[in-house]
Amino acid sequence: MGIQYKQIKCTVNGTVRETMVDVRASLTDLLRNDFRLTGVKKGCEVGECGACNVLIDGECFNSCIYLAVWADGKSIRTVEGLQGPEGELSDLQQAFVEEGAVQCGFCTPGVLMSAAEVLERGKEYTREELRRELSGHLCRCTGYEKILNAVEKTMKNRLGKGSEQ
Amino acid sequence: MYDMKALYEAKSVPHAIRLLQEHPEAKILAGGSDVLVQMREGKLAGCELVSIYGLDALRGVTMEEDETLRIGSLTSFSHVAQDPLIRKHLPVLGQAADQVGSPQIRNIGTIGGNTCNGVTSADTASTLFALDAVIELTGPEGVRHLPIQQFYLKAGVVDLRPGELQTGILIPKASYHRCFGEYIKYAMRNALDIATLGCSVNAVLTEDRTAYERIRIAFGVAGPVPLRAVSAEALGRGGPVCEETVEAVAQGVLEDINPRDSWRASKGFRLHLAQELTRRALRKSTKEAGGVL
Amino acid sequence: MAVGKSIPRLDAVDKVTGRTKYTDDLCDRGALVARVLHSTIAHGWVRSIDITAAQAIPGVVKVITCFDVPKHPFPTAGHPWSTDPAHQDVADRLLLTDHVRFYGDDVAAVVAENEVAAAQALRAIQVEYEELPFVLDPMEARREGAPRLHEPYPDNVLGHTSIARGDYEAAIREPGLIRVEGWYDTPTVQHCHLENFICFAFMEGDRIHVVTSTQIPHIVRRVVGQALGIDWGRVRVVKPYIGGGFGNKQDVLYEPLCAYLSLCLGGRLVKLDVPREETFVCNRVRHAVRSHIITYARPDGTFVARKLEAFSDQGAYASHGHGIAAKGMGAFPQLYPCPNVQADAYTVFTNKPTSGAMRGYGIPQAMFAVESHTDDVARALGMTPMELRRKNLMPQGYRDEFSKNENYHDTFGQCLDRGEAYVDYARKWAEYEKPQTGPVRRGIGVAAFWYNTAVWPIALETSSCRIVLNQDGSVQVQTGETEIGQGADTVQAQMAAQVLGIPVEKVHVISCQDTDVTPFGTGAYASRQTYIAGFSIRQTAVLLKERILRYARELTRMDPENLDIREGKIVRAADGRVYMTLGELATEALYSLTRSQHLTAESTYQIKTNAYSFGCSFAEVEVDIPLCKVKILNLVNVHDCGKVINPCLAEGQVHGGMSMGIGYGLSEKLLFDPKTGKTLNNNLLDYKLGSFLDHPELDALFVENEEPTSAFGTKALGEPPVCAVAPALRNAIYQATGVAFDEIPINPHVMFREFSQAGLLKKEENHV
Repeated sequence: MGIQYKQIKCTVNGTVRETMVDVRASLTDLLRNDFRLTGVKKGCEVGECGACNVLIDGECFNSCIYLAVWADGKSIRTVEGLQGPEGELSDLQQAFVEEGAVQCGFCTPGVLMSAAEVLERGKEYTREELRRELSGHLCRCTGYEKILNAVEKTMKNRLGKGSEQ
Repeated sequence: MYDMKALYEAKSVPHAIRLLQEHPEAKILAGGSDVLVQMREGKLAGCELVSIYGLDALRGVTMEEDETLRIGSLTSFSHVAQDPLIRKHLPVLGQAADQVGSPQIRNIGTIGGNTCNGVTSADTASTLFALDAVIELTGPEGVRHLPIQQFYLKAGVVDLRPGELQTGILIPKASYHRCFGEYIKYAMRNALDIATLGCSVNAVLTEDRTAYERIRIAFGVAGPVPLRAVSAEALGRGGPVCEETVEAVAQGVLEDINPRDSWRASKGFRLHLAQELTRRALRKSTKEAGGVL
Repeated sequence: MAVGKSIPRLDAVDKVTGRTKYTDDLCDRGALVARVLHSTIAHGWVRSIDITAAQAIPGVVKVITCFDVPKHPFPTAGHPWSTDPAHQDVADRLLLTDHVRFYGDDVAAVVAENEVAAAQALRAIQVEYEELPFVLDPMEARREGAPRLHEPYPDNVLGHTSIARGDYEAAIREPGLIRVEGWYDTPTVQHCHLENFICFAFMEGDRIHVVTSTQIPHIVRRVVGQALGIDWGRVRVVKPYIGGGFGNKQDVLYEPLCAYLSLCLGGRLVKLDVPREETFVCNRVRHAVRSHIITYARPDGTFVARKLEAFSDQGAYASHGHGIAAKGMGAFPQLYPCPNVQADAYTVFTNKPTSGAMRGYGIPQAMFAVESHTDDVARALGMTPMELRRKNLMPQGYRDEFSKNENYHDTFGQCLDRGEAYVDYARKWAEYEKPQTGPVRRGIGVAAFWYNTAVWPIALETSSCRIVLNQDGSVQVQTGETEIGQGADTVQAQMAAQVLGIPVEKVHVISCQDTDVTPFGTGAYASRQTYIAGFSIRQTAVLLKERILRYARELTRMDPENLDIREGKIVRAADGRVYMTLGELATEALYSLTRSQHLTAESTYQIKTNAYSFGCSFAEVEVDIPLCKVKILNLVNVHDCGKVINPCLAEGQVHGGMSMGIGYGLSEKLLFDPKTGKTLNNNLLDYKLGSFLDHPELDALFVENEEPTSAFGTKALGEPPVCAVAPALRNAIYQATGVAFDEIPINPHVMFREFSQAGLLKKEENHV
């Protein structure tokens, strides 16, 4: 049996993309290999580490265990879509830079996408609740401390409750 | 890239049934968080898959005319947890769904998949056992309903006939009306983990809240499939709301369960946990129901 | 002043936008895919391999077996090479082996056009083994008649070294001494960097290029040359950004095999991407160490004589070998100086995954043993753990004769003071000492740690730096010290900016290392990057500055001695008058029709010092006894790492080390099937790396005593943060529960066993 392909059409970071995909491909494969969105990282390939996390229709998914063909008709956002139209960093990305939330950087894109989803809900969370919301990501470098600082700071700023410093 | 022989995408429930009949060797792919992982491991390498992930008709929670709650089999854990009907009538199921793996896994994993894989550690399964859930199966012969206890045949095997797929999970009104419950997942981590032991308890108190009208207790990982602690439940039935009853019930679960020794946890530890979790979950259920211990 | 400021790391913007290129991101999509076939027995010989079915699979390009590869034994440790054969690392590896020494050893490799074909081929290869008995426990492996792993080591002991001070046997005869003895066990754990090991190789001309996720590109170059039996200059190694290393990538992993596969295929591009499951088993792990400590103390807490025996589980191959146990043992007589010490460390081969370098390099193991023991001694003496520590910890002025390291300040006293005040230790200790009876109990613990920076005088310490001036007055900086996520590039930029007198934005550190162009250096390990690179950066920057000011003489008519560079401008030193910007000077220098000159500097600095880097951890816990669960209420690390170059990055290092320490103390452990030797939990679900929800808030405090031997007053910080966390947690749990745990991780299984034995759990008669 030859390789089976399917034509899919999806929106990736705001742009409509149409492509033929090998039905065996994961969404990670599609994003990294076909669209060269290499901010999507491979860390475990079984949905346990969160490095390949992307937003699909506004919800977080580990793209490693999501079939590429399922992306048909969906809107997908990756870390490459977080910047503004002129390439400016989003407030969340800026907070990661300023707060030292980045070390090796391998978990960073995935964590950013979860944080983006959480903050877009516009709700206020306690630090403990934020830990829960971000708990689909493993990080070996930071002990999570400065990641939380960055997400919390962005949340407070967006809600007009940021500190003055 | 997954090593699959072929992928068939179902466009409707009848289409899914037809595909399953045409490809009897094919595995059903719902969210994929189990099947795809096993395919990568090599266990399911080279399989054919029928994907039902696109069947939006199987998503969502509804209230039927007789006040049975109907949960579409493809409803994700996060949607179960957030659903207004679940939050109102069945918070314990939402609580269980909310303790699966991680936010991303709760978005992809489905309550139907969680029961169809026949796994004892499934976080929602023990609660569904404790709620006397009914499984709705749709196949070439039409629809049939099975009490969840009968749906599980043995570890990893459920009563899915050729061409059949699970389309819904039904919770009768009697299971949630005046009933308060608590699910405790015991795991080695507070996220990204499977249960070492799962314990789901729910209780109905008498009108004056001084006695237990009914207690239901179910476990995951206390046997090869999720199970009910029937003798412990009987010990509590009609008993006064007090610590002694809680203790008797907690001790009673040992009659009902049969966890195994594995490198993931010893039998002794699981037996200990079963009692401790029963105590804690029953106390919590009792308090939720307005009982004073 | 650039040094001492929390500037954002240089690569932060790239990393938050997904632009950063790691190894896989640089590999062409057309690469062939290589996978390794691992043994399914723990010990034995490969008798035959049938590859016919595998070769018939469409897309399979090549199958290589252990019988095909060249027989050039090579070492893998990321140590500087020694020109003295007696000090060279043990060369016990081949690209693939027919003598299988652990479950997961490398016996064959496939190259295919895609990953599915490669995986299918692995499943289709038939291997016939002749099984031999295997041994998983280092104590058993030393016994007579135990299965032997390597011919030159009949008793499986790879290394045994001793330290003797005074006369232990005579000293213990002093009347009235209190004797405390304990055995302490630490587990096999894995680094779990988020990016798995990956590399790709291809040829150009007769040279082989390897792009790899490594901490040690220049060492990889040497070892690829050794393994393939080719001139080292024919090998080029490139290290892009890497997704963490923690010591696992301070070993040569599959670069030689990948290079060889490309070589076999006429230089075609071959990628070898190791799946997570194989990373756990077939890369490196941390040595499990069993320690036996005996202390003889006077009732006033004076240590009179102490003994240590440490048994380190090497696993199947030598890798970093005895260096780990030796380093751990080295800390023993120094942390608590004692006139009479007898210490022995053994490193023993077993049929398990190979142990190598991991953050702390033997010190986390040693500190768990030593600092758990310190609390045991304090309990036996009826002293508080704090009193006993303060009485015996290395005092100011202590000098080690071998390393010439000196404790220039009252580091331990200051770190303990700082932490004690911060966590309100004394009050909490007293409160938790009162009898506790409920199911939930609290305790607070402290542990100190010993660490030293870099590897001198055990091995070579050298650093090279090149600085190139651009037209705009900015510079490129290159060193052999590698960025592996810790922030080395950023602090290097700060140091270079400081010496050159230019804004840090004007310093471009070349992060990607390429052995063809990067100055020679041995890479990232031993928490040496900032200390070591500091010397060569300072020396090279001074050299460049001299050249710049000499050039400025013609333009300013001022003697270079009267000139300086400040904020990127050429100024008169005495009054700060600005003559020109450095950019104006550089442009003139490059394009002058009469005196064109490219202003650059390059130099090597050999370092012959080393520096202590000490501190302590405080942990406050709440133990739910019936649930066998620990909740960390407070965790604080205090470090004297000298002058902090970048406080934000330094805190980040400490947080990460503390996180690793939490896992070490409470949850992480690789498990092996006693019947087969197979690793049981080699995935991120079953190996319990702590999640967001398993971490408390982490506090990092610093005592900044300037290190007098250091170019910038700084010293080790990469590894120290992990060293004392586990014993601090253990000591806190001990106070809470009264159970003196002698092993980590103190996970629910261990607590259930110990609490049951201590009678802390309800008797559940009916279940047995």
